[in-house]
Amino acid sequence: MLLIALALLACKREARELRTDPPATDALNGVVPMANRINGGLPRIFIAQGSPYENNAYQLGQGKRLYDWFNCKGCHANGGGASGPALTDGRWRYGPDPVSIFLTIRDGRPHGMPAFANRLTTEQIWQLTGYVRTMGAYSAQTAAPSRNDEMQSRPAENRAPAATEIRMPPSR
Amino acid sequence: MFAGLRPRRMLLCTAVLLASASGFAVSLQSSAASDIDVGNVGGMTLRLALPIRQTSGSAGRAIFDHDRLFVITPFPHSVLALNLARTDASVLWRYSPRADGMAAGLATGHVTTDGAVLSAGRLFLNTFDGHTIALDAATGGVVWDVAMADVERGETLLVAPLAIDDRIYIGNSGSDFGVRGWMAALNAATGRMLWKRYNAGPDVEVGIGEGFSSPYLPREPDLGVTSWPANAWQQGGGGLADAPIYDAPLGLLIHTTGHPAPMNAEQRPGANYFTSGLFARDALSGDARWFVPINPHDLYGFGAAGSLIPADIHWQGNNRAVLIHPDANGMVYVLDRSSGQILSAHPFLEVNASEGLDARSGTLRGNPAKAAHVNSTTRDICPAWPGATGGTARAAFAPQTGLLYIPVSRLCMDMEARQASFMPGTPYMGANLRIKPPRDSNRRGALLAWDVAAGRLAWSADESLPVESGVLATAGGVVFYGTLDGWFKAVDASSGRPLWQFHAASAIVGQPIGFQRADGRQYIAVAAGVGGAAGAVAQKEIDIRDATAARGYANAIRDLKPAATDGMLYIFSLP
Repeated sequence: MLLIALALLACKREARELRTDPPATDALNGVVPMANRINGGLPRIFIAQGSPYENNAYQLGQGKRLYDWFNCKGCHANGGGASGPALTDGRWRYGPDPVSIFLTIRDGRPHGMPAFANRLTTEQIWQLTGYVRTMGAYSAQTAAPSRNDEMQSRPAENRAPAATEIRMPPSR
Repeated sequence: MFAGLRPRRMLLCTAVLLASASGFAVSLQSSAASDIDVGNVGGMTLRLALPIRQTSGSAGRAIFDHDRLFVITPFPHSVLALNLARTDASVLWRYSPRADGMAAGLATGHVTTDGAVLSAGRLFLNTFDGHTIALDAATGGVVWDVAMADVERGETLLVAPLAIDDRIYIGNSGSDFGVRGWMAALNAATGRMLWKRYNAGPDVEVGIGEGFSSPYLPREPDLGVTSWPANAWQQGGGGLADAPIYDAPLGLLIHTTGHPAPMNAEQRPGANYFTSGLFARDALSGDARWFVPINPHDLYGFGAAGSLIPADIHWQGNNRAVLIHPDANGMVYVLDRSSGQILSAHPFLEVNASEGLDARSGTLRGNPAKAAHVNSTTRDICPAWPGATGGTARAAFAPQTGLLYIPVSRLCMDMEARQASFMPGTPYMGANLRIKPPRDSNRRGALLAWDVAAGRLAWSADESLPVESGVLATAGGVVFYGTLDGWFKAVDASSGRPLWQFHAASAIVGQPIGFQRADGRQYIAVAAGVGGAAGAVAQKEIDIRDATAARGYANAIRDLKPAATDGMLYIFSLP
């Protein structure tokens, strides 16, 4: 009994940072994009914090909620795309890396992507960036967002098969 | 049975056309005058195949006038004027308006254009990014260009203008973005706005006052405000759902209104007037004359989509001026044009979202088991959100057979309503949608022939994919329509018997037209190019592993491949 209790104590619980410090938020906005606004350098604090928006389940779960709340679904569906392009097919018009996606959400892109700089905080844009990158699951991830509590329309994040053309029977 | 060209010969023919110096060249000269009819349509051959540099849906209706053919391509638009008097049908002029690229992200459903309209030597067109433009038909020069819709808010102009006398009528689209719908009249000479009336809001803005009457509405002021939660009408949608029509003897402009926003109906308790209905307005003043609520408190985003067809028919012993309206909700309505009274309403295919018409209120009795609720999924709602017909699928009525030819989708859907937040310029939807094919997925669409007087189905021609093209019914008793798998078909108007077919390079969602040249010979023209609501699966970066992709079409249409070629314009005639 005691041994089990000790073993459980040894487990490291994933930290949830519920509120970033204002100076950290400022620093997180400091991406260094390439001249064409695709790809670039991550803010140093992003890596210093241990890249929480890439591998912290809480942050990815928050991103998933924002994806629903901020009308991303209206254009991108649950990742499969509609009037906007798919986010799960491994093809990115403006780059697949975190800086590109962060810039896409913050500043918008030509051909229809609106800017969310005035609608989301920097922290929220990073949470959303992290979640968008888990949707396609074309690379192994150590963290996954929370489970779906709505209509199941595709394989769960991080459980999806590789992004190749798959002929699945329609949902009945 | 098909006396049309064999595929191999056709391929060779097309190859020759494309290889020629001007891109296409087949003689348009003809020898004998002839009319296309049931007996000879089987021998119809291709006369011209013109590549249109655009892969997305060519839904527009080409316009024929004095041996010129005007073609408008989808967004970003180009207008072409072709000279049919020359054997190579050379381009007289080409006009490409400056396009606002942001509009490309707003094209939910049909990423198409509806075409232009020609009146008094001028060509009037609506651009998807919100401009109404008048061109000199002889030169292609811009006469005027006015910005009518704000793309930043998700507002677009999807439906072609209507030209009557010296006035141009236009209506906005953007119900999916919570844009408040309106109808406006412009001065054809200058582009100056004569009036603008909204489809929701206070009576003074809707144009309701003296001279308005409707047996189907409560007699209360400001229904466009009181039938909504506080201020919800301001972002309540209701833009134009389909092409308006004009009744000259009555001086009435009759138009549809689109679906209310958001799609999640629990967020907007009330009847949500005057969305999802039919409006008749005085064409000169814009004042409302009557309104018929077709889908009040629209649960499924149908709007009142579907063609408006004026007809003067023999109705129960009398000659009557009626309006025939096959609606997205799966019913054919026959209304009196002067009063808006519903004379009959029958379902033209199997529906379970509604259980027949309530004659007193003029609206359908909803099926409570198929209502959508927040955070719960309602399964197998028929028809699905794009509607049983409507959009690019335009019906035609043939007076000589008394039949209405309706291009239909036989699709159902699962719908989960979600709380939607309104942010201008982003979709105001609040729904997870998953469209389902019928059990027999080889009959997802059809062309139906509906006997209007008898209120029953005369015949049907099943199609594997939803039929999204317009229908052309000719005086010769032939009905033309196109399919998403690229067939352009001619069938017998009275029996539906297949008479002729042609395989196009891409899906057909356009409106076929027929015209007669000075030599007396009849021609049929149609544009190909995948598009329409269902065609979205094939033309955007869509991942069908997500069943809700392309508004749920990804679940029902997995066999439509992106077109390998540009859009094409085809012209046919008898040899």
